[in-house]
Amino acid sequence: MTQQTENRGKANRKLMKKLLVVAAVMFGFGFALVPFYEKICEVTGIRNVFQPDAEAAQNTQVDTTRNVSVEFDANTQRLPWTFKPLQASVSVHPGEVTQVQYEVRNTLERPVTGQAVPSYSPQQAAPYFRKMECFCFRQQTLAPGEARTMPVVFVIDPKLPPELNAVTLSYTFFEVNGARGSGG
Amino acid sequence: MSAVIDSGHAHDEHRPDGGIMRWVTTTNHKDIGTLYLWFSFTMLLVGGMLALAIRAELFQPGLQFWHPEFFNQLTTMHGLIMVFGAIMPAFVGFANWQVPLMIGAPDMAFARLNNWSFWMLPVAATLLVGSFFVPGGATAAGWTIYAPLSTQMGPGMDLAIFALHIMGASSIMGSINIITTILNMRAPGMTLLRMPLFVWTWLITAYLLIAVMPVLAGAITMLLTDRHFGTSFFNAAGGGDPVMFQHIFWFFGHPEVYIMILPGFGIISQVIPAFSRKPLFGYSSMVYATASIAVLSFIVWAHHMFTVGMPTAGILFFMYATVLIAVPTGVKVFNWLTTMWRGSMSFETPMLFAVGFIFVFTMGGFTGLILAIMPIDIQLQDTYYVVAHFHYVLVAGSLFSLFAGFYFWVPKWTGRMYDEKLGKWHFWLSMIFFNVTFFPMHFLGLAGMPRRIPDYALQFAGFNEIASIGAFGFGLSQILFLWIALKVTVLGQGEKAGQRPWEGADTLEWTHLPSPAPYHSFDEQPVLG
Ligand code: HEM
Ligand SMILES: [Cu+2]
Repeated sequence: MTQQTENRGKANRKLMKKLLVVAAVMFGFGFALVPFYEKICEVTGIRNVFQPDAEAAQNTQVDTTRNVSVEFDANTQRLPWTFKPLQASVSVHPGEVTQVQYEVRNTLERPVTGQAVPSYSPQQAAPYFRKMECFCFRQQTLAPGEARTMPVVFVIDPKLPPELNAVTLSYTFFEVNGARGSGG
Repeated sequence: MSAVIDSGHAHDEHRPDGGIMRWVTTTNHKDIGTLYLWFSFTMLLVGGMLALAIRAELFQPGLQFWHPEFFNQLTTMHGLIMVFGAIMPAFVGFANWQVPLMIGAPDMAFARLNNWSFWMLPVAATLLVGSFFVPGGATAAGWTIYAPLSTQMGPGMDLAIFALHIMGASSIMGSINIITTILNMRAPGMTLLRMPLFVWTWLITAYLLIAVMPVLAGAITMLLTDRHFGTSFFNAAGGGDPVMFQHIFWFFGHPEVYIMILPGFGIISQVIPAFSRKPLFGYSSMVYATASIAVLSFIVWAHHMFTVGMPTAGILFFMYATVLIAVPTGVKVFNWLTTMWRGSMSFETPMLFAVGFIFVFTMGGFTGLILAIMPIDIQLQDTYYVVAHFHYVLVAGSLFSLFAGFYFWVPKWTGRMYDEKLGKWHFWLSMIFFNVTFFPMHFLGLAGMPRRIPDYALQFAGFNEIASIGAFGFGLSQILFLWIALKVTVLGQGEKAGQRPWEGADTLEWTHLPSPAPYHSFDEQPVLG
C-alpha cells in the first residue's frame, strides 16, 4: 500500500468516527424530544387534562337562557373493570356547577391501578368544559373486587358557542403499566 | 472493522471468478451497486404485488378478496417495502456505482463496510416480508406506524421494528461511506463546486440520512419498550402521549421524503444537460437549492399533523415554512427548463423519463402546496388526495428518475445499449398507466374518500375502477422493464456501446473510462485541469 493511500485511510477513519458521533447524538436527540415536548405542553397548557381547570371557580354567572345536554360515556382499554356513569346525561345551564357520579369495579383477583383519560365530543367544546374535581386527576388503585363511586364536578363556560347544545364527556380507563407484556 | 481502501490489484482486469461467493464477499463498488439495484428491483416487484392486491380489492365497492385486517396489512407493508426496500436502496445502488466513477475514485472509502451495508438488507427484508406468516400477520398500523395502534399489534409489529432497525443501520453505514468517499477521495482538481450534481445531491442526502435515521431508530425503540418493557412514552395512561409519536416520527419522516427525492434531482440534473447538449443552467443555484431544501425539511414536519389540534401559531409557522420549500424546488424546475431552452435536444429513453419526471413531479409539488394550506388540509388529510400527492412525487418523481438513471448509465455499466424501442414503450406505458392510476385519486380525495380502507361508498366506484385498471397496466409495464434490464445485463444482448454513447454527457465516467467500465477503475486518479 502506498503512502498516499495509507494517509487517506487514516483520514477516512477519522471522518467516519466523527460521523458516527453525529449519528449517536441524533439517536439521543430522538429521546431528548420526549422531555422537550412535555415541557412545551406544560408551558402552553396543551396537556392539562389531569389538572383542575383554574379559572372555573370564578366563573359563577349562570346563563339560564340556555340548556346544554351533557352526555356521559365510559370505556376501558383492555382492563377487566366495569366502569359506567350513574346517569346517562344531564341538562345544565352554562355556568352552573354540576356534580355527577361514575362507578367503577375491579373484577380481578388482584389489586389494579388505573388511570382515566377524558375526552370531549365535539372537539370544539373541549376548551369550554371545565372540571373542578375529577377522578382522572390521579391514578386509582382498586383492591380485588372493590367498587367505588367517584364524582366529577364541572361547569360549562357560558362562552360555549351557541351552536353547541350537546357535549359528550367520555372517559377511558387504562391500566397503568398496562403495556407490559400485553403486546399481543 | 476493516476500513481499508480497496487499493486494486496489480493487473486490472482480473475479475473474481463467478459463483455465488463472489457476490457474498465482494467489496467492489460496482458489484455492490449491482446487488443494491437487483435487491431494490425485487422489492419493487414484491411491493408492487401488494399494491395490486390492494387495487384488486378496491376495483369494486364491497369486500371481495380480503378481510379488512389483512387489507390493512397490505397497505402498511406496501408502504414500508416501497420506501425502505425499493426506493432508498435503489438510490444507494446508484451512489455505489456512480459516485466513485464521477469523482474519479478507485472505490468507496470503506469497501468492507460497504459489503456489510448491503447484506444487512436481505436479512431485514426477510424479517419484514416474513412477518406476514406470524400469528396475527404483518403490522397493519400504516407505514407511519402511529401509536397507539403500533403499541398494540401482534408480533408482526416486532418483526417490522427489527427490520427497520437493521435497514436504518444499513442506511447510516452507507451514508458514512458515501460522505467519506465524496469528501476525501475526489480526483485532484475536483473542487466541491466542480462535482457533478448527482454527487452533490447524494452528499446532502447522506447528511440527511445520518441526521434522521437515528431519530427513527429512537422512535421505534420507544415503541418496542412501550410494547414489552412497561415504559409509557406513547401510552396515555402512564403519562405518555400518542401524539408525541407523530411528532418524532415526522421529524424523521419529512426529511425522509426528501431523502427519497434529492438523489433523483441529481440524476435528472445529469440527464437533462446531456440530452440538451448544453451545460446545466445555474449549477451553483442548484447546489444551494438542494442544500436549502435539506435544511428547510427539518422545520416543516408538523404539516403532516395539522389536524391534531396545534396552537394557531404553530400551524401558521409550519404552514409558511412548508410553502417556503416550494421556492428552492421551483428554482430547480426552472433551471431544468432553462437548460432545455434552445438546446439541441433528442429524446432517447433517459431523456423521456427525465422530461416526464419534470412534468409529473411538478404536479405532485403543486398538490403538496395545496395540502400545505392548513384550512384545505383539514378537509383533505387522510383522503385519497394525499395518496395522489405522494404517488406523484414518489412514483413519477423518485421511481421515474431511477428509470432515467438506469437507461442513462446502463451502457457504461454493461458496455451495451439497452433496447431503445422497448425502452420507449416502457416510458409511454408507465407514463400513461401512472396517470390513469393516480390522477382519478385526486377526485376521489376531493370527494372525501378516506385512504386505507378496504370498502367505500358507491359514489366512488367509477374512479376506483379506472384507478385499478391503471394499476394493473402499470404493474405489467414493469415486467417489460424487467425484460429490458435482463436483456442488457444478464443476457448481454444489445449493440455494443462506445465510451461515450451520449455525446452531451461530460462527466468523468464518460470522458475517461471505456464501456463497460473496467472492474477496477481510477486506480490512477485523473487530474482535472
Ligand atoms: C413542494 C413540495 C412539497 C410540499 C409542499 C408537500 C406537502 C405535503 C403535505 C402538506 C403533506 C401532508 C398531507 C396530509 O397528510 O394531509 C404531504 C404528504 C406527503 N408527502 Fe409531500 N410535499 C412536497 C413534496 C414531497 C416530496 C418531494 C415527497 C417525496 C418524494 C413527498 C412525499 C409525501 C408523502 C409520502 C406524504 C404522505 C405521508 C403519509 O401520510 O403517509 N412530498 N406533503
Ligand atoms: Cu412532509
